[in-house]
Amino acid sequence: RKIIFEKQWFYLDNAIGHIYGTTFEVTSGGNLQPKQEVEETATETKEAGTDNRNIVDDGKSQKLTHDDIKALKDKGIKGQEIVQQLIENSTTFRDKTEFAQDKYIKKKKKKYEAVITIVKPSTRILSTMYYAREPGKINHLRYDTLAQMLTLGNIHAGNKMIVMETCAGLVLGAVMERMGGYGSIIQMYPGGGPVRAATNCFGFPKLFFDNLHEFPLSKVDSLLSGTFFTETLPSEPEDNMVVEEESNGLTDEKQTSLQEAEEASTTEAAMEINQTEEQETTDINAEDVEFKENKEKENVREKQRKQWERRKKLIETAALLREKNADGLIIASKFHPTPLLLSLLEFVAPSRPFVVYCQYKEPLLECYTKLRERGGVINLKLSETWLRNYQVLPDRSHPKLTMSGGGGYLLSGITVVLDKGKSDSSHSEALKMEEPSCKRCKVQDLHC
Amino acid sequence: MSFVEYGDTIKDGDTAIVFLGHESMFPVKVQHGTVTQTKYGVIRHSMDLIGKKYGSKVTCSKGGWVFILHPTPELWTMNLPHRTQILYSTDISIITMMLELKPGSIVCESGTGSGSLSHALIRTVAPTGHLYTVEFHQQRAEKAREEFREHGVDHLVTVTNQDVCKNGFGVSNIADAVFLDIPSPWEAIGHAKSALKAEGGRICSFSPCIEQVQRTCLAMEEYGFTEINTLEILLRVYNVRTISLQIPDLGKAAEDNSSAGFDSSNPSNQGSPCTNLQQGTVQFKSGVPLREMVGHTGYLTFATKS
Repeated sequence: RKIIFEKQWFYLDNAIGHIYGTTFEVTSGGNLQPKQEVEETATETKEAGTDNRNIVDDGKSQKLTHDDIKALKDKGIKGQEIVQQLIENSTTFRDKTEFAQDKYIKKKKKKYEAVITIVKPSTRILSTMYYAREPGKINHLRYDTLAQMLTLGNIHAGNKMIVMETCAGLVLGAVMERMGGYGSIIQMYPGGGPVRAATNCFGFPKLFFDNLHEFPLSKVDSLLSGTFFTETLPSEPEDNMVVEEESNGLTDEKQTSLQEAEEASTTEAAMEINQTEEQETTDINAEDVEFKENKEKENVREKQRKQWERRKKLIETAALLREKNADGLIIASKFHPTPLLLSLLEFVAPSRPFVVYCQYKEPLLECYTKLRERGGVINLKLSETWLRNYQVLPDRSHPKLTMSGGGGYLLSGITVVLDKGKSDSSHSEALKMEEPSCKRCKVQDLHC
Repeated sequence: MSFVEYGDTIKDGDTAIVFLGHESMFPVKVQHGTVTQTKYGVIRHSMDLIGKKYGSKVTCSKGGWVFILHPTPELWTMNLPHRTQILYSTDISIITMMLELKPGSIVCESGTGSGSLSHALIRTVAPTGHLYTVEFHQQRAEKAREEFREHGVDHLVTVTNQDVCKNGFGVSNIADAVFLDIPSPWEAIGHAKSALKAEGGRICSFSPCIEQVQRTCLAMEEYGFTEINTLEILLRVYNVRTISLQIPDLGKAAEDNSSAGFDSSNPSNQGSPCTNLQQGTVQFKSGVPLREMVGHTGYLTFATKS
């Protein structure tokens, strides 16, 4: 399989068997070869200038043309050689300061030396990668913000976590990594099914997925109001029933959500069914009528069996939620956080942390206010982190030139036993206790 | 309860956190027959704590109330007795992620200090990992051992009283990660390298001064570490407040009630609807930064053993 990455293309075949972290060179044939540790020979020309007062950038200092360089590349000359050629054919190189020469060489090496390092995936690698390359897919959740969430949420082995995210499954993966396969996770999802594209990149062992459940958001209301279980009656798959539509034997609500699940291209089940359907059509054309009828019956039974299994799982997950004893809640989605938080908090035990991520600050302001009204939470904190990378080189240490403008905001807190009857008195008491009064704000205190 | 496993009810011998209100809390050792004084009155452990659910509201003798919380490393960090300057959760979070720590990881740490980071590391590597922590101060090492025992995590940690720069961590070739928070980390890089597993181990050094960072980066390079990267992380906290701003009196055009531009009776330009408290003010919700924030804790340098 050909991999194309940053204008390089290569085959991964030769990488198999090597340790993670090995660096390879891409040969002219697109094959990978482990890179030899090259002795960095002291540059022959130690000649360097002191400053750039006489260096004029007229674009003419490099004597090799585009075609010359292309010819070198076509000849199969190694990147190192090309860089050496560029240095020799640059009229201004020896006038540059040592630092500038260093920088020049680094830049050319990056462009012409095709070097690939293969690393083992982890939250660190995947979160920095997603933030750099596909921030839109993860609601611009910067990796340090994700790190805060995992710690503030006390994510660790043995927890029963509720996760609601629309970050391609990156947040779910990060939570799974910190739980190490111990405990359980219930992933809440919008629409037809959870997106786990990033989760699959972590390379978790299969057993990590044994205690990963999912539950549709569209059923949360019915679960909270107590109508979920009366609507969803378990029923046995009926072998004799040959049905055209899958609606028979199921209640309407269950049927729509299951059909949604089938239609969503992101669920494995749906893909499986589509594949069997495709297979079915090709088979039909080649078989005679009686065989065709039997095959149809078989496929329909398969579908029904799968649906029954999915429904069974759904009921089991609902039961887990109904225990209302989750050890934590993580929300990181494109949706407005307030309704999510207010409803999902119901499933969390008291004295447990929760963390909500939002790309924007304002929705979290509203969330904070609504939570104060609801009660049952303490230690509310609205925060963001500021991250700065540094270049550390002898005599050249300074923060790097570009910095992320924003990595999102977090609202975190701890649940406590909800005192529904006395919410008013504890509200005003909470005001006195929770928010330091400032002289100017006194009149507005009641509205905070 | 334990710092690495949630429990539901408060038991004798637990360490619990008493929450009195905004940023006001303290840890308490739950014991039959003991009482704890708070500004709201007395809490009697046997009657008010033991057997109660974590997260419960407890009324004190004077009538005021508090919440009793299950301990977590984060709450511990905010409330532990300081024997040294500690690391706070903001730095701890990024350290944990960048060192790729998870259940089963073997971590080496020096110095132990007040045990703030130690508790967080133990929580992350439990139940199958281990923390080897080195502290050259004898009393601090002993105090740390005592706390780990009290918190039910001593099976996950080994405290060694020695100088890491001279004698290393006491283990070789097994650590997934090493963390250094010492005055001269460059002197411990060699020992860190030998403690780390053969390939792929991660190292982190925390130093307040840039000169220390420069020396450490050089040492890391000399010892063959790759992916050397230095960063700093700061926390910005916002207070959620309803703010009222007065509308200035720009005078009145004769008999004309509509003021050009800003209409005080229709504050819809603020986006979210808000009511006027009094004539001539506009209210809105804001996330107001604190007057002062932490501007620097230390530089974090990470690298990989190749």
